[in-house]
Amino acid sequence: MAKEVKVGCARPTGGPVGEKVPEKAQGEEKQQKEVSTMIQVGRKAPDFTAPGYRQGKFISVQLSDYLGKWVLLCFYPGDFTFV
Amino acid sequence: MSIDSVFVHKMWDDHELSKMVKGGVPFPMLSDAGGRVGRVFGVYDEDAGVETRGRFIIDPDGVIQGYEVLTPPVGRNVNESIRQVQAFQLIRETKGAEATPSGWRPGKMTLQPGPDLVGNVWKVWKTDMAFD
Repeated sequence: MAKEVKVGCARPTGGPVGEKVPEKAQGEEKQQKEVSTMIQVGRKAPDFTAPGYRQGKFISVQLSDYLGKWVLLCFYPGDFTFV
Repeated sequence: MSIDSVFVHKMWDDHELSKMVKGGVPFPMLSDAGGRVGRVFGVYDEDAGVETRGRFIIDPDGVIQGYEVLTPPVGRNVNESIRQVQAFQLIRETKGAEATPSGWRPGKMTLQPGPDLVGNVWKVWKTDMAFD
């Protein structure tokens, strides 16, 4: 039976139920650590492409297309998350 | 940018945001399926499967000048983000000859770092200038 849950600012999420997902190989974890230390002020922002929506149109955006401009890149937990 | 699809972004803009901002959100709302970009920027919460409130200021050379990351329940201060961009723009225009002391905003005094200023900031900058 479905349970009623309180909603907060973090969007409710699910995940695998039951048996635990096997741990990643050690090598993979190490690589992930290296990636997560890439962000530092004074260093280049990692380039990326992403699908987007703007003013009625679906678009594709690449960060490096904005070279020459100031960029504010904002992440957030999810649409409709209140604040 | 969030993990939502562009279709959900459209629904949010159509049904809620366009009621707050005339004409809807003017900038791109980006979709990051699986948090692949957020992970590289260090803002993807692996346990929750969503991105935290990260905000990055990237200059015209593609260099990160500043960032801020908040947990989900606290909203950002847009004025502070704009103030920081204005400060970084001034530093860039003066090629680093000027620096913006604590509490600086456009119109307030800047400092010119150099040998004569060492130990003498107290003569030109007062602590109440850190506050609005």
